[in-house]
Amino acid sequence: MTLKLDPNLSDPDGFYAALIDAHEALDAEASAALNARLILVLANQIGDLELLKAALDVAK
Amino acid sequence: MTIQDRYPVKHVLYPYRRSADQDAEVPARHPVVIVGGGPIGLALALDLGLKGQKVLLLDDHEGVGLGSRAICFSKRTLEIVHRLGAGAEMVAKGVVWQKGRVFHDRDEIYSFDLLPEDGHRCPAFINLSQVDFEKFLADAIDRAAEKGAEIEMRGKNRVDAVETNENGATLDIMTPEGRYRIEADWLIACDGARSPLRDMLGLGFDGRVFEDNFLIADVKMTADFPTERWFWFDPWFKSGASALLHKQPDDIWRIDFQLGWDIDREKELKEENIRARVDAMLGPEVEYELDWTSIYTFQCRRMEKFRHGRVVFAGDAAHQVSPFGARGANSGLQDTDNLAWRLDLVLRGLAGEDLLDDYDSERVFAADENILNSTRSTDFITPKSETSRRFRDAVLALAADHAFARPLVNSGRLSLPCTYDGFGPDDLEGPARSRPGAPAPDAPLNEGFLLDHLGWDFCMLGLGVDVPEALDAHGLAVTGLVIKEPPDLIRDRYLGTAPGAVYLIRPDQHVLARWPSFEAEAVRAAMARALGKAGR
Ligand SMILES: Cc1cc2nc3c(=O)[nH]c(=O)nc-3n(C[C@H](O)[C@H](O)[C@H](O)COP(=O)(O)OP(=O)(O)OC[C@H]3O[C@@H](n4cnc5c(N)ncnc54)[C@H](O)[C@@H]3O)c2cc1C
Repeated sequence: MTLKLDPNLSDPDGFYAALIDAHEALDAEASAALNARLILVLANQIGDLELLKAALDVAK
Repeated sequence: MTIQDRYPVKHVLYPYRRSADQDAEVPARHPVVIVGGGPIGLALALDLGLKGQKVLLLDDHEGVGLGSRAICFSKRTLEIVHRLGAGAEMVAKGVVWQKGRVFHDRDEIYSFDLLPEDGHRCPAFINLSQVDFEKFLADAIDRAAEKGAEIEMRGKNRVDAVETNENGATLDIMTPEGRYRIEADWLIACDGARSPLRDMLGLGFDGRVFEDNFLIADVKMTADFPTERWFWFDPWFKSGASALLHKQPDDIWRIDFQLGWDIDREKELKEENIRARVDAMLGPEVEYELDWTSIYTFQCRRMEKFRHGRVVFAGDAAHQVSPFGARGANSGLQDTDNLAWRLDLVLRGLAGEDLLDDYDSERVFAADENILNSTRSTDFITPKSETSRRFRDAVLALAADHAFARPLVNSGRLSLPCTYDGFGPDDLEGPARSRPGAPAPDAPLNEGFLLDHLGWDFCMLGLGVDVPEALDAHGLAVTGLVIKEPPDLIRDRYLGTAPGAVYLIRPDQHVLARWPSFEAEAVRAAMARALGKAGR
């Protein structure tokens, strides 16, 4: 499998709004911690180390 | 005695004239009084007048205000005004467009096409100034009045107080020659976002204010930029946190700059400061005149209910959105489209007043959809927190190289008509776009277009299926229209794989129900639901 870089979200605006809402009223530190947890949850969903490394490269 | 203008008037359309009502011993009674002659009040007056209702419209000015507000009018709006007889002039004068591009700094990161298919009478969008939009509606009212429509417009008639009861309302009206009173069976408030009527009735208007200021400049110049909506995040020319460029008729270009929250409005509105921003964007060698400039802050909010007994709210008075998405006037036109046929049936005694509760529920639902979309766009353009800004910037950074991030770029999701899902069963395995609740899609038919053939009543559309010329349903004549051999585009949009179908379509061209074959009882049952006669 290769990393998906084409649009794949079924509802991009809905996802984005949910993401921003999750951070509502959090201070910078709490937001960063939420992001860290979220990345770990999503990484588990992806599973494959090669894919995760490819994603890290895109984000860097 | 004077009535101060709150804004300058560009076209005097209904100069103050003394009315016999001002000398009446007892207040004159009118079946429908519309307060507010903006785009929404005008469209509603025209629709009701063409349906044969007697309408009185009051406005505290004498015509269309100068200034720049709406410019983008959607396909659905054009379909509605086309039915009202004002569409052809608007499309002829307007700048037709359907594509948009979004830039980050210098790079194009996203583009969209709002109507990637042919076979519709109306384009995805036209740009036309609100001033012209209102003028064309007023002209259509004059033409209708010449042919006998009973639409009266009274300028410099300011509503200062209202009393309501279950049979209607009594209005206190101020004119240059003093006060008078009238009574109304139905009062329709189209008096704009600051709605004095809403305040007089003590009704709330809750929602969000976005902490940002936008400078709107309409600039006159000859330029050959394409007729596309161009939007920049963090533009390289640094004239604002975001910028927009969009063509209007008569060599006018709409330019928006996002200025931020803590600004000195007076300073920003000085010509030299506006010119500095525009010069940076267009280049110092481009010559232009400033046609109109103003600074706005934006909000998204609505009334809890749009119907309060015999008082009904429509347009900005009922709901307000930020302009990214052009959902203000466009959604207001859909209010009038939804309201006019209901009020007409109620006034004719063909339906009970409850029919207007469906206006309330459908248009509240639509307002929520518009507010949701406008809020999301505004949150993306004006992030409300550090984290929100960080995600926004991450999307913009990734979008340059990676397609996956582009659908997240949000510079405005442009107005689409609401589909009122939940009308009742869908008895055809047909295309989703024409399901019950959806606005009937247009398609070419004979020398013209399908929507023009639907008429002003409820319509049974037989596609490859016979339907009677007329059917009596609960005292109402439903008219039949048969297309024996539907052309391909009608097949695509209405049948899909079905060999034939019967569609029942409301006067506002929304699909009420659809079936594979004709059965009079099914049509009558769907009509009973639509008219509120089925028990709720
Ligand atoms: C910068 C900007 C850009 C926009 N762009 C778009 C766009 O591209 N597309 C779009 O669809 N929408 C757009 N909008 C929104 C659009 O302008 C409004 O949605 C539209 O004007 C609402 O029309 P209305 O008839 O409800 O109210 P209004 O146009 O506000 O009209 C209300 C009328 O009521 C009258 N009135 C008020 N009080 C009284 C009283 N007491 N007695 C008698 N008369 C009274 C007023 O004088 C006025 O004539 C934009 C708005 C802004 C600010």
